[in-house]
Amino acid sequence: MARKLPKVDVVIVGVGWGGGIIASELTKQGLTVVGLERGKERKTEDYFMVHDELRYALRYEMMQDLSKETITFRSNTNVRALPMRSYGSFLMGTGLGGAGVHWNGHTFRFLPYDFEIRSKTIERYGEKKIPEGMTLQDWGITYDELEPYFDKFEQMAGISGAENPLGGKRSKPYPTPPMKMTPSMKLFEEAAKKLNLHPYPLPSANLSEAYTNPDGISRAACQYCGFCERFGCEYGAKADPVVTVIPVAKKTGKFEIRTHSHVRRILHTGNKATGVLYTDVTTGEEIEQPADIVVLTSYVFNNARLLLLSKLGRPYDPNTGKGVIGKNYCYQVMRGGATGFFEDREFNNYAGAGALGMVLDDYNGDNFDHSNLNFLHGANISVSQYGQRPIANNTVPEGTPSWGKEFKAASLKYANRTINVGAQGASLPFRHHFLDLDPTYKDVFGDPLMRITFDFEEQDRQLAAFMSEKCGEIAREMGASKVEVRGKLGPYDITPYQSTHNTGGVIMGASPETSAVNNYLQMWDVENVFVVGASAFAHNSGYNPTGTMGALSYRAAEGILKYHKSGGILV
Amino acid sequence: MAESNNKYEQPVSRRHFLKNTGLVLGGLVVGGVAGSLLRRPEAPQQPGAAPAPAADYNQALMYFSPEQFKVVEAACERIFPEDELGPGAKALGAAYFIDHQLAGDWGFNAREYMQGPFYPGEATQGYQGRLKRREIFDIGIQELNNYSQSTYGKRFYEITPEQQDAVLKAFETDEVKLTAVSASAFFKMLRASTIEGIYADPLYGGNKNMDGWRLKNFPGNQMTYTQVIEQDKFVKMEPLSLRDHQH
Ligand SMILES: Cc1cc2nc3c(=O)[nH]c(=O)nc-3n(C[C@H](O)[C@H](O)[C@H](O)COP(=O)(O)OP(=O)(O)OC[C@H]3O[C@@H](n4cnc5c(N)ncnc54)[C@H](O)[C@@H]3O)c2cc1C
Ligand code: SF4
Repeated sequence: MARKLPKVDVVIVGVGWGGGIIASELTKQGLTVVGLERGKERKTEDYFMVHDELRYALRYEMMQDLSKETITFRSNTNVRALPMRSYGSFLMGTGLGGAGVHWNGHTFRFLPYDFEIRSKTIERYGEKKIPEGMTLQDWGITYDELEPYFDKFEQMAGISGAENPLGGKRSKPYPTPPMKMTPSMKLFEEAAKKLNLHPYPLPSANLSEAYTNPDGISRAACQYCGFCERFGCEYGAKADPVVTVIPVAKKTGKFEIRTHSHVRRILHTGNKATGVLYTDVTTGEEIEQPADIVVLTSYVFNNARLLLLSKLGRPYDPNTGKGVIGKNYCYQVMRGGATGFFEDREFNNYAGAGALGMVLDDYNGDNFDHSNLNFLHGANISVSQYGQRPIANNTVPEGTPSWGKEFKAASLKYANRTINVGAQGASLPFRHHFLDLDPTYKDVFGDPLMRITFDFEEQDRQLAAFMSEKCGEIAREMGASKVEVRGKLGPYDITPYQSTHNTGGVIMGASPETSAVNNYLQMWDVENVFVVGASAFAHNSGYNPTGTMGALSYRAAEGILKYHKSGGILV
Repeated sequence: MAESNNKYEQPVSRRHFLKNTGLVLGGLVVGGVAGSLLRRPEAPQQPGAAPAPAADYNQALMYFSPEQFKVVEAACERIFPEDELGPGAKALGAAYFIDHQLAGDWGFNAREYMQGPFYPGEATQGYQGRLKRREIFDIGIQELNNYSQSTYGKRFYEITPEQQDAVLKAFETDEVKLTAVSASAFFKMLRASTIEGIYADPLYGGNKNMDGWRLKNFPGNQMTYTQVIEQDKFVKMEPLSLRDHQH
């Protein structure tokens, strides 16, 4: 029998960006909150030896231990799903702060088009434009409604940037000025302008200058150290939950964090949750934490998985299209891009920051005419300078052998002579892309793993081909001696890293028929459960997700406070 | 070799750096590294002082047998050979790096999902075998020798560099057929870990004296690039390692 603890107002499952934001907002209003985090405690002091490419970037020091829990994957229902045994396509976070500790910090707002994608697509092109099987849905909220929450997230994190000329309207400028401009960014900016495009600095959570946020949290400026994504920031410059929202929640005295606490079930009677059951992984003890409100902030996969394991909500059935938990799993199309080789110029490619670059949205969302194109949506195109660490970056021109004397010469020569123009493509939902419980493979507790059924579609291939042409044009205009374009998108492959931008599974919307949560991320079927994260995205845009996910977290916090006062379904 | 000429490109002591960049802020500051560093007692700093050449106690074997080591060292050297551009994998200690890696977590696939059932799967589903990396290396090394013996009548490290290249090519293209693991999968792992051994921090036993980094003009572990990041000219710096952080 599980040991039962005293009841609290709110229990949070997972303490990353989602959990941290919810905790800070609720505790500021006096609610008592317990945060259960399966991983360990983290603090800035841990990153004394962080400039270690092998340990952090290639051995995944900060990521989830796959021997305990992973996901399984198949491209379609005729294939047997098999476990992701080692890391590749995406990297799940663990420990205090979650993936928010080792993210890059690209902080975008999705476009107004995104939130009303179905209506706006039909309005402009007619219903026939949406291909058979594409389960495109409006989000049940508009950009204008979400705008104040975007702003809240940006002010809290201190985002450094300048206005996107093709983005949604802003109520306030970014709290800090853009990051420094590198020569490659300048080349991109000039080239894009010559091509009549609209470049702007990548909105960055790395912090261009020292900043004190509305909560009174001060952080130092980024040092462009070149060890950012996959690493923790030793300066506390990069906005992460551990140096922003979590200390604010802790300071109230109302937030108790329990690390090494792996949540396994949401407990419920009737259609209300009563708390959660978790295992203290240091002792193996099973513990029950009762609460009035349960908030899932355990990332896309475990948000959906915990609901399915706990038999909460209606599981999605791809055959009928009915049910909602597991629906509209989407990802990101990262293949369209181009590499420019510069014979007579060297760049300080070793220096950089996680979110340092120039970007443009001329081919994102519905900012361009799709009438004669065989795909919807688009991509954000960018040049960015993260710091090219030497193990992972060995770009050589096509046709160069991958080892031996020639490889050595080319990889050394081009180490500081390449610039990558990349496209980050939207991923739109299909009826047969979904999440459910794997029938065979189990985690360390014996619970079924999450199973992903997903592949790239013609939509994605067309998008990638189009974007790589555009990236190639820009790279040529930048003056590269030689440009190689990567346009061919094969099947979805779980082995090469693409991005940790998994979305969907517990999507938001205007109706319980087609969505799992409302626009406060409150479950339609279980009013005291809120499911917070990119799991709420009805599709994924041509952007990194966390800006939008952070905005939705602030929106959810407001909803939870309302619910705590008055109860009931909020919309 | 890269030499720094501007003042700010000199290796900077960490504490000195933190004191001078205003990283320590008042209020609710959470930048803990800065704080803990400033509290540490002063240690003598001797930037530029050349370390006396000493025995490298790291160059001993944790996993490989001497015979296995010879094969791996010879193969690494063909993947990244010494030439007029500078040292190769052997001089950089890549084979010691691989040995040490196989002795630990990575060699045991300790943080990977290794539970059954095991099924072959599609290429897009990734590695689905039951062998751990150290077992794959055991098999691959043995087969490099076997194939060299049957083709040239000698062990891998005894044949000429050209013959070694031909053997490695046969592995890379799966012309050699192995059971339990493909020759190309072994080759890929060998290649990837050779690159790691050239460029990982010297603390792991490869990238000896940071000479791998020098080949690429990679400055290793620096505190800051704020003064470099906007520069049009390429800035060469003497690299620093994690050891420089600690001492
Ligand atoms: C290398 C990398 C770079 C990235 N760069 C960017 C970027 O530039 N821009 C951007 O927008 N996004 C980026 N992302 C994605 C971004 O990190 C995530 O979108 C964001 O951190 C998600 O926050 P979250 O709170 O939803 O989930 P997480 O940060 O994953 O937090 C979830 C937490 O829940 C815990 N948890 C899970 N299951 C349980 C359980 N059963 N019991 C208890 N605890 C549990 C986990 O341990 C984790 O700490 C990047 C990700 C990676 C890996
Ligand atoms: S690049 Fe900047 S934000 Fe990123 S880890 Fe380094 S100092 Fe921190």
